[in-house]
Amino acid sequence: MSFDAEMEEIHKIFFEESHEGLDAMESGLLNLDANADRETINTIFRAAHSIKGGAATFGFEDIANFTHDVETLLDEMRNGTRSMSSAAQQLLLQSVDCIREMIKAAQAGASADAGRAALLNASIKDLLSGEEGQILPATEAAALAVTAPLVVEAVVQPSGWQVRFVPHEDILRTNNEPARMFAELARVGPLRVHADVSEVPALEDLVPDSLYLRWTLTLQAAVDKRQVQEVFDWVDASCSLEYTQLNEEPVELPVALAAVPTPAAPAGPAATVSAAPVKAATNPTPAPAPTRAAAAPKVAADTSSIRVSIDKVDSLINLVGELVITQSMLSQFGEKFDVSQLERLREGLSHLSRNTRDLQESVMQIRMLPIGFAFNRFPRLVHDLSLKLNKKVELRLTGEGTELDKTVLEKISDPLVHLVRNALDHGLETPEVREANGKEPTGLIELSAYHEGGSIIIEVRDDGAGLNKARILKRARERGLVSPELELTDDQIHQLIFHPGFSTAETISEVSGRGVGMDVVRRNINDLGGHVQICSVEGSGSTIKIRLPLTLAILDGQLVRVGSETYVISLLAIVETIQLKKEQVNHLPGGASLFRLRTEYLPIIDLSAQFGIERDPTTVCDGLLVVVESDGRRFGLLVDDLLAQQQVVIKSLESSYRQVRGLAGATILGDGRVALILDVPGLIDHFEDVAGDKADAVAAA
Amino acid sequence: MSVSGSNNHQGKLKVSGADERMAGIEQYLTFQLAGEEYGVDILRVQEIKGWEKATRIPHSPHYVLGVINLRGSVVPIIELRRRFGLESSEFGPTTVVIVVKVSSARGERTVGLVVDAVCEVYNVPLADIKPPPEVGAGIDTDFVRGLSTMDDKMLILLDIDKLIADTIFEAVGTVAA
Repeated sequence: MSFDAEMEEIHKIFFEESHEGLDAMESGLLNLDANADRETINTIFRAAHSIKGGAATFGFEDIANFTHDVETLLDEMRNGTRSMSSAAQQLLLQSVDCIREMIKAAQAGASADAGRAALLNASIKDLLSGEEGQILPATEAAALAVTAPLVVEAVVQPSGWQVRFVPHEDILRTNNEPARMFAELARVGPLRVHADVSEVPALEDLVPDSLYLRWTLTLQAAVDKRQVQEVFDWVDASCSLEYTQLNEEPVELPVALAAVPTPAAPAGPAATVSAAPVKAATNPTPAPAPTRAAAAPKVAADTSSIRVSIDKVDSLINLVGELVITQSMLSQFGEKFDVSQLERLREGLSHLSRNTRDLQESVMQIRMLPIGFAFNRFPRLVHDLSLKLNKKVELRLTGEGTELDKTVLEKISDPLVHLVRNALDHGLETPEVREANGKEPTGLIELSAYHEGGSIIIEVRDDGAGLNKARILKRARERGLVSPELELTDDQIHQLIFHPGFSTAETISEVSGRGVGMDVVRRNINDLGGHVQICSVEGSGSTIKIRLPLTLAILDGQLVRVGSETYVISLLAIVETIQLKKEQVNHLPGGASLFRLRTEYLPIIDLSAQFGIERDPTTVCDGLLVVVESDGRRFGLLVDDLLAQQQVVIKSLESSYRQVRGLAGATILGDGRVALILDVPGLIDHFEDVAGDKADAVAAA
Repeated sequence: MSVSGSNNHQGKLKVSGADERMAGIEQYLTFQLAGEEYGVDILRVQEIKGWEKATRIPHSPHYVLGVINLRGSVVPIIELRRRFGLESSEFGPTTVVIVVKVSSARGERTVGLVVDAVCEVYNVPLADIKPPPEVGAGIDTDFVRGLSTMDDKMLILLDIDKLIADTIFEAVGTVAA
């Protein structure tokens, strides 16, 4: 692998870890208001420190510089010299956002928004110097960032530093390389290095791995003493250092430019030149100077990846090991087989089937991620939104460990955000209203996830005002969605909010009320094969219950036969199966057939007619009726025979051929044949369309 | 996919025609269909397999016989006779499926073509490929790349991408029947 490619790999790891560190900082910061214990601050501090360290190592100056001040602030809190104020907390949260933006920019090889960083940096410096930091609302900060030029730093900074660096003789033996430190320093600002060779002994007394040089370093950059000290952090114990502040004006460097983290490395070419001879003097092999490899304007390839816990991988390896053993056992029978070994062969085959099943389950487990990944963003979201809306909210998360398929997880995030925003904006009342209604002033939003049967349930519950049925109904009547005389059940009224463009909000707020959303939420969830239920009691809150399949890749299927073809129907869609008698079927004008199931008349969909297959002549009258349900609509599917029930792996038809009406995909059966999987909701939709057209035709005639 | 003229296997294959230059030669796999010999670019051919029954797909063009399982992937099968508007014939022992890669607007797809029998691999010099003659309006010859003569036979060289038009990969809208 080339050096560049290696660097790129390392950068990738740095970005990933930084994002994790930022998440840790964020969640730590959000926990601070509840109980600010020492450990939480330590966690935040450590995360900030690692990001700074990494950024400096990899040459992301702007990130390192910015994070440095954040770290200083956190350090003071950690040491107890500063207490955590809500202003500081808000400032730190904004800083987290800012660092995240910078890292994203670095990842994409672009320049970060220096203006915003400068503003925040100034606020942090204000706070550090004792004044109350000015907190910018996130949006304002962003807006300012566009227009504001670099702010001239108010804090007086020294114009440079002179460092007398006297390393101990054995410093090289501890693997410290002064040239690298100088190069590091040179990237802070223009650096002049003067080596003192007076201590170098005569050649015969010289020990090759001892260092006899001393240096005087002159750094012309208006930076904090800490920033200079930092370079020598690792060698503190094995050298003596003297820092002298230089106060004369620096030659050509504008103060603001050096004080404010800028995307471009402030080190000019002069610095590199002056550092180079030193390198040559101390070490003949060129030190790999940290280069800004990621600065190349190139967007990193966005391949999605999964982090898998080592336990899961280990269990897979074990299972494969077992499979290999079973395979070698079975292959023995292949060499010479006589009937006496039949029992052992059967045993081996049952081993094999168990191993295969376990292996399949374990492989599926790899795609499973805890829903905590989707929940993690909510503390911040709720925190920000509650400030904006002036509401007091407690967010409770349960069941974060519940695992679901990565694809499902990714697609469920946005609908969940929407539901939580809705709960906060529409559901929860302001503290005053709540107190007037005899409730706790702090509202509760609860997000929970758990398994139920073969599905995952995610609930978003709030103890707010609940859905206002009268208002929903009034709005629906105004819009002509419901005819005035029609009486609706509570459930039917609740379903109205899923109607596209429906909103009862009196004013359109920034957060919600535009009427787009709930229909999108429902559509997204339906696309995942799940559905949404609403349960709401006026005055005491709403619960939105999302039911999702565990995975999109495997389906519990019922195999059915229609003529000579085999189809798969998802077991989740099947209500029951009935033996059909000819006399139980009624025919409507227009050709539709109905079947009376207890108190209900079910329309019959004849699969053979739908798919143009010839059915068994013997069962034309007395077929089997598979009763299926989708979105509360029940239909009967007429088939010839029920075959086995089995788990099938879903293969997309769309990616190999094309999307076919009424089919959700294909699968490969045990005998190697391809069987098609029915798309029950799609079939029903299509059937209803056609039936509607026919009815119209009948009415017209 | 570009066709490189320098093919290592060239010497081993049956080479007809005197011209054996390294460049300017395309290799074609030819097959029999209703008495005519057709050729497809050999670089597009993934494999040749025996005919097996396909699973019928509803709402498909009449020449799409269905899909088969090709080592775990689902591959649509096209009967070329029907695609060319010829009489469909009984599938016999020589009936084979040529699995080819097709590039469509929706990316690369794998498709099986049912043909009467496979014949030869020919090195066809580019210079010998003649454009298809104008046969009059109403007859669709878009998918014929050109004609060539080998051993006194006419070869019809096909353009696979035009033959398996993108339309078969596009979903038929949910237009009521």
